[in-house]
Amino acid sequence: MSKTIKINRGLDLRLKGELPADATASPVKASIVAIYPDDYPGFTPKPAVHEGDKVNCGDVLLFDKLTPGVKLVSPVSGIVKAIVRGERRKIIRVEVEADKDATTLAKNATPKTDATANAIMASGLWCLMRQRPYDIIPSPDVTPVNIFVTGFDSAPLAPSLSSMVKGMDKELEAGAQALAKLTSGKVFVSTRPDSQINVPACAEHVIIEGAHPAGNPGVQAANIQPVNKGETIWTLDIVTMARIGRLVLDGTVDWNTTVALVGSEVKTPRLITTATGACITPIIKGDVDASSHHIRVISGNVLTGENVGADGFLRYPYRQVTVIPEGDDVDEFMGWASMSPSKMSASRSFLSSLLKGKRFAPDARLNGGRRAMIMSEQYDKVMPMDILPEYLIKAILARDIDQMERLGIYEVAPEDFALCEYVDPSKLELQKIVREGLDYLRKELA
Amino acid sequence: MLRKYLDKIKPNFEPGGKLQSFRSVFDGFETFLYTPKSTSASGVHVHDSIDSKRVMIIVVAALIPCLLFGMYNTGYQNFIGSGITDLNFWSIMLYGFLAILPKIIVTYVVGLGIEFVVAQWRGEEIQEGFLVTGILVPLICPVTTPLWMLAVATAFSVIFVKEVFGGTGFNIFNVALVTRAVLFFGYPASMSGDRAFISSEPICGVGGTVTYSDAFTGATPLGQIANGADAATDAAGHILSTWDAFLGLYPGSFGETSTLCVLIGAALLLITGIASWKIMASVFAGGLFMGWIAYTFQSPLYPGSHMLPIDQLVYGGFAFAAVFMATDPVTAARTGLGKYIYGFLVGVVAIIIRVYNNGYPEGAMLAVLLMNALAPLIDYCVVQANISRRMRRLRV
Repeated sequence: MSKTIKINRGLDLRLKGELPADATASPVKASIVAIYPDDYPGFTPKPAVHEGDKVNCGDVLLFDKLTPGVKLVSPVSGIVKAIVRGERRKIIRVEVEADKDATTLAKNATPKTDATANAIMASGLWCLMRQRPYDIIPSPDVTPVNIFVTGFDSAPLAPSLSSMVKGMDKELEAGAQALAKLTSGKVFVSTRPDSQINVPACAEHVIIEGAHPAGNPGVQAANIQPVNKGETIWTLDIVTMARIGRLVLDGTVDWNTTVALVGSEVKTPRLITTATGACITPIIKGDVDASSHHIRVISGNVLTGENVGADGFLRYPYRQVTVIPEGDDVDEFMGWASMSPSKMSASRSFLSSLLKGKRFAPDARLNGGRRAMIMSEQYDKVMPMDILPEYLIKAILARDIDQMERLGIYEVAPEDFALCEYVDPSKLELQKIVREGLDYLRKELA
Repeated sequence: MLRKYLDKIKPNFEPGGKLQSFRSVFDGFETFLYTPKSTSASGVHVHDSIDSKRVMIIVVAALIPCLLFGMYNTGYQNFIGSGITDLNFWSIMLYGFLAILPKIIVTYVVGLGIEFVVAQWRGEEIQEGFLVTGILVPLICPVTTPLWMLAVATAFSVIFVKEVFGGTGFNIFNVALVTRAVLFFGYPASMSGDRAFISSEPICGVGGTVTYSDAFTGATPLGQIANGADAATDAAGHILSTWDAFLGLYPGSFGETSTLCVLIGAALLLITGIASWKIMASVFAGGLFMGWIAYTFQSPLYPGSHMLPIDQLVYGGFAFAAVFMATDPVTAARTGLGKYIYGFLVGVVAIIIRVYNNGYPEGAMLAVLLMNALAPLIDYCVVQANISRRMRRLRV
């Protein structure tokens, strides 16, 4: 029995450089990969290896100082090339140079049925999940009231997740069963109405209609069963659930990942299979021309991704590389007065709002100066949760813990504010504000 | 070429340059002329094309019909009052233009001057809020307001209503309306009465000297009704129909008389989605509702209660306040439900003041200011409703 939820508020950004409908993935060999502990909020990294160590795929690179069972593993076999540190010796990333085989298949012992959680932690898959409150990797000591698995990515230019788990029904089934044991409530799996995914019977199937951020697990949770104070939920995507299933079935984890190379600066948008955390240079090589103007290479989508540069690495959730113009080399005369139909906007004050099917190639400019919150109810239009975004943001800025709790900070993650940040005429850094608020709350209430 | 020139003079305004104390002014002009090149450093990588400059400019554009009509009306009233029979359109417009130009210049110079100084002092970018305020102020004042009064009132409200609270986006009261309130309560003799609303002297040789008489009183329609007239007339004594009042060729504050032009501006604001239709619609609904109550319970004590509810909307500054004043996003209610309540109460209170307080024939200004003060309370209640929903969920 599936139930259908219609998300009414939201916005699909129509960007140029989308994947062709029949895209099939071609492999790109990763010669070097990197793991960034910052991609895993709540993880306090301590290295388990030294530079020059030989590692197999699945060997521990970093473990969490506070919960040592939680680990980040090497997605490829090779040699630890560098542990790059920043200010105050903070670990920025661990680089692994792949060996000749560049194996991306990790072989673990098949887990015993009563030790699934430990097996997931040891395999490194644990870190691919998130918990709310705080949007951090799950704390192993807390049993989640529900687990939300999203079966699609609604972000701009995102690849389809259902093609990535095609033919993995057995793994999905096993994964859902394993997760069901870890929660006191239900495992919800969401899909689009036209999805090819066979949702396992032990999970609750939820069909979601509507524009982005409909694919965000937090939005789905808010519309299915919102997080209350004192409760914890876990969120993950269906690819991770399939991986957990495979781990349960035969103890292996495939650290290959399918990545969409998209964006207006990409000549032929396509799918690529490569190792998790792979260097982006060989992926975009020949497909991106940066000779005439500045470009921005984003690992992830344009809303929540990371600006990594042309020689950066794939970052969590290792799903998409978007290349757009940077825009800092453009002289635009009185852009605020522009009547040009190529200006992308959610506002009806631009002509583009009349062109329903048109796709746009926006650059990374803020298109305005930072201001106080002047316009009201701008965020609400793209926030399909029972949250008052403006008031929550103000409570966070004021560091008012009581008010944050009352306004539902436990239900949100920074990604839920990405569209608010996009539409904001005052150009505030909302995701950063929310992240800082969550971190502050976690520190104060610890 | 302009870009090159800007790049050439830019170093002068950088810290350490010769003109560094004008940095905010330079930045203001540079970002006005060229979209800033700053790209996103955190969070989303693409931003919507809209910014506060565009928002403000659209409001200014929406005010243009009222401004043009105000010019025509000002010229028209002067020509009629001074007995000029040759009602040439362009000379009427020229007169109105000459009458309003000094006022627009004075408000902008005073207001923007203060904004520039404060921005430089705080080390911030210049904010656009005054672009709208600066055009609103001349539109809501009587055309005869002396320039020095305008300057004093503008300076007072920009400093004490906006800047002391932190600038655009932080003010509690609508800056333009406070300017008018300062004039209204500080200099009542110049701001009310029968002779305040018609420009009575020739300007640069255009127009004539108005001679007031029983046939040409210069009283505003609402003023006449408050004084017990049976029906409102225009300045020359012709009885006004609802349609005449809708068109707006009668004495009143410069830009507020024509409901037609206000609605043209409203259309632009609603099509572009810049102003809140929730507020606008509910102000009119509140005005109609209260007008209907007053009309149903007519009383000889309150001459305003004899007006048809629809007339309440088309006379005086009601429509202007509904479209341009109540919808100011900073001072209005900010929550969806709060906007309906806020707007409705603005309409109700405006008519209450108009009808039941004979001292103030026009209540829209005071209604909006009063509701500005109450808007945070309305929002507080709406936010509390959200909070109690969440708390209830927790208990269940």
